[in-house]
Amino acid sequence: MKMVSAVIKHYRLDEVRKALLDIGIQGMTIVDVKGFGRQKGQLEVYRGVQYEVQFLPKVKVEVAVPEEKVEEVIEAIIKGARTGEIGDGKIFVYGLEDVVRIRTGRRGKEAL
Amino acid sequence: MFERIRRCIYFLSIIFLLTLPVHAYAGNGKIDTGDTTWLLVSAALVMLMTPGLALFYGGMVRRKNVLGTIMHSFIALAVITLQWVLIGYSLSFGPDINGFIGSLKWFALNGVGIEPSDYAPTVPHLAFMIYQAMFAIITPALISGAFAERMKFSAYLLFILLWSTFVYDPVAHWIWGGGWMSKLGVLDFAGGIVVHATAGVSALAAAIIIGKRKGYPQEPMTPHNLPMTVLGAGLLWFGWFGFNAGSALSSGALATVALVNTHIAAATATLIWIFIEWMKYGKPTMFGAATGCIAGLATITPAAGFVTPMSALIIGLAAGAICFLGLKAKGVFGYDDSLDAFGVHGIGGVLGTLSVGLFATTAINSGGANGILYGNAKQMITQIIGAAVAALYSLVVSVIILKVIDWTVGLRIDEDAEIRGVDLAEHGEEGYFL
Repeated sequence: MKMVSAVIKHYRLDEVRKALLDIGIQGMTIVDVKGFGRQKGQLEVYRGVQYEVQFLPKVKVEVAVPEEKVEEVIEAIIKGARTGEIGDGKIFVYGLEDVVRIRTGRRGKEAL
Repeated sequence: MFERIRRCIYFLSIIFLLTLPVHAYAGNGKIDTGDTTWLLVSAALVMLMTPGLALFYGGMVRRKNVLGTIMHSFIALAVITLQWVLIGYSLSFGPDINGFIGSLKWFALNGVGIEPSDYAPTVPHLAFMIYQAMFAIITPALISGAFAERMKFSAYLLFILLWSTFVYDPVAHWIWGGGWMSKLGVLDFAGGIVVHATAGVSALAAAIIIGKRKGYPQEPMTPHNLPMTVLGAGLLWFGWFGFNAGSALSSGALATVALVNTHIAAATATLIWIFIEWMKYGKPTMFGAATGCIAGLATITPAAGFVTPMSALIIGLAAGAICFLGLKAKGVFGYDDSLDAFGVHGIGGVLGTLSVGLFATTAINSGGANGILYGNAKQMITQIIGAAVAALYSLVVSVIILKVIDWTVGLRIDEDAEIRGVDLAEHGEEGYFL
């Protein structure tokens, strides 16, 4: 099992959700995050004073999937989130040790 | 503790007894219902400006200080109301002592009743008193923008009490209470000197004495909720109609001109402000529009009932441009007037006071005077003297008050409290749980 974690632009979230639903993904978790990548922050001007806002708001989408689905999920996220501009975000993939469905107590792949 | 409360009750009962003669008065038919209605409505409008100011300032600070900042304005409603009805009104408008201060003859509103006063001959004296109370309340609250995010609440309470008594009340007396400035002919329709210049200059003193916020100006200190600030600006604009048009102290021609002038100046300053931003920084901002309207409103205040609507337009133009430059001063001189109380109110108040010397015409207000453009250069000298003396007096007395508080209870919260935020450190509550 793998955890696919994608940091994307807020306004692409809906497209990403649709693309993931289209390939049969049954659940996802999103969380509001802030950070910077190569895009760095942005300059904002308040009453004539310039501030560099170092951390930009993004949204993180997390999907837990069986190994064989990983590539498909990555493609779906790219399809939904890519604008071609700087700041589109990143996808991280890492191993997932176990999953537990709380209601039934089932574990592993069948709990996904 | 109970002994204290009992003494308090005795004290309040005595005050109550002192005020009893009020009820013996009866109107003698001079009261004009239209004038009285407008003045009472205006009192309510000006009252709303203080919560408006709370939101205006509250949105500009970091989220950890939102309640402490709102509290500065809101608590002035309570503290200054009591100061005003007990001694403030009498010191400002009571029988004159040597042109400098009112006597305490009207202590606890003694003798201030239904019978109209000389100040506003067609409305009950109490209506005039409560209308003026709203001005006394908002003025010290304006100063709070200078030391936002770092002042002790106890020190703040002491400060506004002392400042109202030793700065606001005397200056109000000089100009509106029959004191030496009114005899000299200084014109201040609704408080360019009494409210904005005194508050603005004192704000400058306060910002310098209390010192910069921790991390200023290296750390970004961006406003945490600009929609809140804009809502506050909207309420201030709305309330300002009572502030300026109510200062006609009657309902009719003069109130109408003052209201129209107020609106024109606010609109012009708003527009000019965002145009300057647009040219200078590439984008017109909502925060700039909100700031511009307040600059226009503060600047037209002393002139609202003395100038023509087209003069108001020019005053609004000057307000937007000059206050915009004024905000730059803190960067140049390196003080931390956190929410620009001096940059907007100090500069706007003085600018407006001088604009009276230029644009005033007796065609608008026969009780006023002509300015330079109407052939009377002398009025400008009078206005300069008025603004300069009031500013200097406010500066000196504010410095004394602030130093005394600093030496006794201390002005500033400690560093740890400043990091946690005023809300938790001083009030034990948080603005948001999101």
